[in-house]
Amino acid sequence: MSFYLNSLLESLYSRFPDKVFDVKEFRGETTLYISKEKILEVCLYLKTEFDFKFIVDLTAVDYLEIKKPRFEVVYYLHRFGKDFEENFRIRLKVQIPEDDLRLDSVTSVWSGANWLEREVYDMFGIEFVDHPDLRRILMPEDYEPFPLRKDFDVRNREPSKKSFKRDLEEG
Amino acid sequence: MGLNMNPLLGGDGFITTKLNSFVNWSRKNSLWPMPFGTACCAIEMMGVFASRFDLSRFGAEVARFSPRQADLMIVSGTITYKMASVCRRIYDQMPEPKWVIAMGSCTCGGGPFDSYAVVQGIDEFLPVDVYVGGCPPRPEALIDAVIKIQKKIEMQGAPLL
Repeated sequence: MSFYLNSLLESLYSRFPDKVFDVKEFRGETTLYISKEKILEVCLYLKTEFDFKFIVDLTAVDYLEIKKPRFEVVYYLHRFGKDFEENFRIRLKVQIPEDDLRLDSVTSVWSGANWLEREVYDMFGIEFVDHPDLRRILMPEDYEPFPLRKDFDVRNREPSKKSFKRDLEEG
Repeated sequence: MGLNMNPLLGGDGFITTKLNSFVNWSRKNSLWPMPFGTACCAIEMMGVFASRFDLSRFGAEVARFSPRQADLMIVSGTITYKMASVCRRIYDQMPEPKWVIAMGSCTCGGGPFDSYAVVQGIDEFLPVDVYVGGCPPRPEALIDAVIKIQKKIEMQGAPLL
């Protein structure tokens, strides 16, 4: 397994010099930090060359006042294989600064990322460029704040009440 | 109401009552619940309808998922603000007279979900007749609520249309 991972990393390094800027290993899990501009290319490369056909999850973290840049978008990719060792899961992270929340969408690589990206947009307000249908998925369409951001008061029900009232008036 | 067995009046038993009491008596013994189940309380509500607890003993077993055929709304489960407009709309579609049971802590006051998305008690947008606490309440508690609704119909009734 480690041989396979090493070849993957070497291939990535040679293909994208300076773009994979950090690799972290923790308890047998591998995390690659990818630069923001290259995430789409890296994802496509991982899918075509290394058979990461399945996007397990796509989510984000808000590190308000803990570290900068503020947001991190996290990708969990999985590849399937005949042998146990060939089944492999990898984690990609992209750091997003607060003043530029745009990030390339990976829906062209995995169509399954569509709703996942919509959820991240809904909860954190990160805009996925070239997403086919970037609307809110959980909260009402006219909802304004992004509720999973750390500077949002989780007990603030006023925006929800506003949407609810509008819903009632429109029938 | 009184059953007349007087032989001078025929003696074969007839009932004298007010029309209002008669209608309310028939109403309370054939409640048609509209189950509005959104969470785990709904499982407990299904238990109430099923054989072990058997709500049909109280004449309220015909659960229809059409609000136009119902007169008792059982709201069982967490109601979010996004669901609240649906809930209100279904209530509005029920014909008068109608009653509402708020089943479980969530519908009574938000339950454990003190959050931006969850309504802190459905009485924010619905007139509730009986509150049933518990997380979820035992089926007996819901049966008790139905009996309380029956008593309310008997005592207060509803205007004849």
